[in-house]
Parts: sequence; C-alpha cells; structure tokens
Amino acid sequence: MTKKTVLLATALSISFAAPLAAQTPSEASTPAPTPRLSETVEGELSQDRTVIAVPALATPAVTTVAGLRTDSLGRQIAEVIAADLERSGLYAPLGPGSVRAITMNEVTAPRFADWQARDAENVVHGFVRASGTGGLIVGCYLYDTQLGSELVRQGFEIQPGDWRRAAHKCADAIYSRLSGESPFFDSRVAYIAESGPKGNRIKRLAIMDSDGGNHRFITNGQALALSPRFSPDYKKIVYVSYLQDRVRVFIYDVDAGTQKLVTESRNATFAPRWSPDGTQILFSMAVAGNTDIYRVSAAGGTPVRLTNNPGIDVGGSFSPDGRKIVFESDRSGGQQIYTMNIDGSNQQRISFGGGRYATPEWSPRGDLIAFTKMGGGEFRVGVMTPSGGGERLLTNDWQDEAPTWSPNGRVLQFFRTSRGREGKSSLWQVDLTGVNMRRLPTPGDGSDPSWGPIRP
Amino acid sequence: MTIKKTTATLAAIAMLAVGACSKKAPEVLPPNPDGIDDGSGGSGAGTGVVPGSQQDFLNNVSSDRIFFGFDQYNVDAEDQATLASQAQWLQRNPAVRVLLEGHADERGTRDYNLALGERRANAAKNYLASLGVDPSRIEVISYGKERPAELGSNEEAYAKNRRAVTVVIQR
Repeated sequence: MTKKTVLLATALSISFAAPLAAQTPSEASTPAPTPRLSETVEGELSQDRTVIAVPALATPAVTTVAGLRTDSLGRQIAEVIAADLERSGLYAPLGPGSVRAITMNEVTAPRFADWQARDAENVVHGFVRASGTGGLIVGCYLYDTQLGSELVRQGFEIQPGDWRRAAHKCADAIYSRLSGESPFFDSRVAYIAESGPKGNRIKRLAIMDSDGGNHRFITNGQALALSPRFSPDYKKIVYVSYLQDRVRVFIYDVDAGTQKLVTESRNATFAPRWSPDGTQILFSMAVAGNTDIYRVSAAGGTPVRLTNNPGIDVGGSFSPDGRKIVFESDRSGGQQIYTMNIDGSNQQRISFGGGRYATPEWSPRGDLIAFTKMGGGEFRVGVMTPSGGGERLLTNDWQDEAPTWSPNGRVLQFFRTSRGREGKSSLWQVDLTGVNMRRLPTPGDGSDPSWGPIRP
Repeated sequence: MTIKKTTATLAAIAMLAVGACSKKAPEVLPPNPDGIDDGSGGSGAGTGVVPGSQQDFLNNVSSDRIFFGFDQYNVDAEDQATLASQAQWLQRNPAVRVLLEGHADERGTRDYNLALGERRANAAKNYLASLGVDPSRIEVISYGKERPAELGSNEEAYAKNRRAVTVVIQR
C-alpha cells in the first residue's frame, strides 16, 4: 500500500480534462475491433523486434466503478498497450492472452526469471484500482528483465470512461523510453467514413482514437463530407460539407455539436487546414473557376489571399514553427509542390522528381514533407525534405493518397482506394521505413484521415 | 398507352425544331418516363413533359453534358455544339435557372479534383454566357471525383467522368 502512495507522489500524475469525460463509450460510439497483427501486416517485419511481456494489470481489490470491473479493465488495458506496441512495428508484445496474470505484489517486485524464460527482454506491470472519488488509478511500470531494473513508473488518475487513454499513455511512456522517440499513441484521428455504391457514396465525418478506439460518427451522411482536420486542441474540426448543395468549409465544435462557416462567400471553399497554434485556418477558394489559397483567423474576419495565379493553387500545410506553408500548384503545367512564407511571399517549387506531386503535409518534426506522387499508373505516398531533396516512396499500390503525420513525425496514415466498379477506400498506416504497413480498423470504409497531436 | 404515343410524336417534332441548329442528334431519344406528368395541367398538359423541366431540357438539347481531356478544361468544337443547343433551349425558357456540375475522374487527388471541377463547370458557364445566356441564371458546383457517372476504373470510364453536366433547377 505504501508503494502506491509513493507511486502517486513521485510519478507524473495526469488528470484528464473534464470535457473528455463526455466521450464515454455509451455516447454513440462503436466498439473498436482490436487490431490483429496477422490480419494487417504487409511486407517483412524487422527481425529484431524486442519481445515485451504485457500481462493483465493487477488489482488490489476487485471493484466496480461506473459499471467497469477493475480486474476486467486490467486485462483490457494490457490488451490495448500490447496492441499499441505491436502497431509501432518495433516490438513483439506477449499480451495478456499469452502470458500468465500477475499478483498485486509482483507489480513492484517482478519475478524476472519467469519473464526471461518467455524470452521477454522487457515486462510491463501495472495495476487498476478505484480512486475513492469515482475515478480510477492506473499504475504503469516497465522493467528490463535481464538487468532487473525499473525503466518506467507512471500513474494516471482518470475518469472510468478514459481507461483507453491510460493504456495509450502507458504505451507511450514505454515506447518513448525504449525507442527514444516522442510519444504518439494517445492521439486522435478525424476521417471520412464511407458507405454505399461508388457512384453515390455516403460520406460521414467521424473521429476515433489513433488505434480506432472510441469511434464516433459526427455527421449523418445526408450531405457529403470531405477532408476533415482536427484543431490542435481537438475541440474543433474543419471540414468540407455539401450542405445545401454548396461546397463550403465549416468549423465544427466537437463538444457543442454546432458548426459555423469559415468565411462567408458565394464561392466554393475547400481544402481547410489549421495552423499549428490553432489560430489560423488555411483554405482554398475557387473564384470564377480559378482556385487560390487563403488564410483567415479561426475566429473569423477577412481572409488574406496568399496565391494569385491562373493555375490551381490548392491545399497547403504549415511548417511546425508556423512560418512557412507547403502547398500544391499546377502553374507549371501539372501538380507540383511549392513552399511560401505565410504572407504568400517567396513561392518556390520544391518537387522535381518527375510525375505529379500533390497533398503535401509538413511533418510535426519539421524535417520532412509527406506527399502523394502520381506517375506510372500509381498513386504512392512518399516523403522529401522541405527543400525537395531525399525523396523516398513508402507505398506501392494502385491508389494511395493524402498522407497525414503521427504526432511524433515517425508514422503516416493515408487512404488506399481499390480499383473497379466495387472499388473502396480504407485507412492505412506506414512508418518511415516503409516496411511496417497495416490497415487501420474502422467500422466501414474510410478516407481522408487526419491525425492530431499528442494529447496533454 | 395513348399518352405515350402522343408524347413520342411531340418529342419528335420538338427534335426537328432544334435539329437544324445542333450539330448532332442524341444517339437515343430519351424514353418518356412514366410519372413525368406532374398533374399540374399547365401548358405541357397532354404531352407528359412540362416545358422548362429537366425532361423538356433533355428532350431538346443534343446532350446535357460535355467532356474534357485529362486535366483539361477547354471547350472544344463538339462541346460548343452541345452548349449551343443548351443555350437555345435556355433562351426559349428564360425563367429557368440551371446548375452546372463540374466533375473529374478518379485519377486525381481529392482537393485538386474539386478545383478542376470548378474550372470545368465555369468553362461551360462562360461559353453559355458568350452565347447570350445571362450568367446569373447559371450556378456552378464542383463534385470533383465524388460522383462518377461510370464506375469502372479504365480510360473509357474516365473519359465519361471528366464532364460538366447542365441540370435544370426545378422551381
């Protein structure tokens, strides 16, 4: 018991923000299928993935909090941690389905020999207990089984409906400690859920956790919805809606469930993007058939025109320092990637690799720009440096489109469309090696993924 | 039965009336859809086709759509003939407003295709305006690659999907 007290006193303790408690599983959400390695991995996995045992988290006393049993949660949290580590491509977790459970005493006194016998280099231990104030406390520990040393010790006090976040935070702590990279699991994705025949697709705005959990539909599908982007604080989503048979960018307030136009105009507005600080929105507007890029305050006001060119200038993505914008233009004859300052000055083409380039997205690390490359009968996802060098293509399929960065700039999600009359779209994820590729679980078909930042 | 025969005859006469002006006749005369008679008993009573309606439009123009090359938005000679037949019908029906839908094939990225559809719809609008149609009667919307007319993934389907379609706005 004193050990828990120590844990809470010394560890990083995170209380999740109040609005998050509203997103309980009962709120129009769909249970997410658990990602399974065998179904989703393409290509060759790295041979030296670290084996990590992730037994079910222990509980000092089986308690029911908000309808959730602490012992059941202990197993579910371990499953989510194992799935996260698996999805990173760096680790081979042994989840609660393949290793024995642990006792509460083992949480701080692991039996290292047992885990070495399972060839696990690391073992994750933890516990779940009632907080006494209607919440839960989740402890998260990582050990090196050979050295017998503790590598991670964190505790999270959460609302019961946020238990998946505790699992993602634990997985993030493990991933960061072992890889040296910034965390990315505790983040969310906005995307377009698709259904219906190809000629008359129903497209709905939807949101979910980065692993597909806590899925929720936002719009009902009566109006086409396209190209959503989460605001950096996850409170709003910009997207295109065909409401009232017009093409316009709306800002949707996630908690309030209301939306407003990004700008009042007779013209079509589309391709919206947030600035990294959430104060500005980039959008494209077609005036008499000619599309240019504009920037407007997220609070409203008069848009500033950034491009002024008879070609199509569209899309765009801010650099993480908010000082530059990468965008696409066909001013040279076909789609190519350009950069400019945020006032529109110093427009320079950076893509020269042959073929057409589209949908540039600046990495949150600042070091790379992801894009769609069209050529040779294929759409492929690739990356290049902000000056246009070091081009690498990461996928090789008929139509892979519109990459979006993980919060740590190490993984990309995109959507893949299959060809033919029954062609459908699905969400995929690939890391920067291009080796670790897998499909994301969604209730139906999906497109236009947009990955938000790490949650505080 | 009798209504159908009468309609077909009138439609044929209507075609003769505009035939001299359009460079090509529709390959197939649109069949008279049952239920097009809206029961209003207006000037179209007895024909089943309401003057100024979408069906009336389709019966009297060489086509409701023009087609574009890959990434192109220029209006070629064949397109001009089609739009000329549309302009004539629009001038005979001055109260009618139309929506010009711009579309792209699936072999482009989503945002770019929305911009491309805008270009195509506006190219058609501008040509109709050059023939004397008041541009305020023409609204445009781009569907990008969202609403393919042909569902295949081949060049034949793409050619039919790179289009601008004129639709009568029912009032």
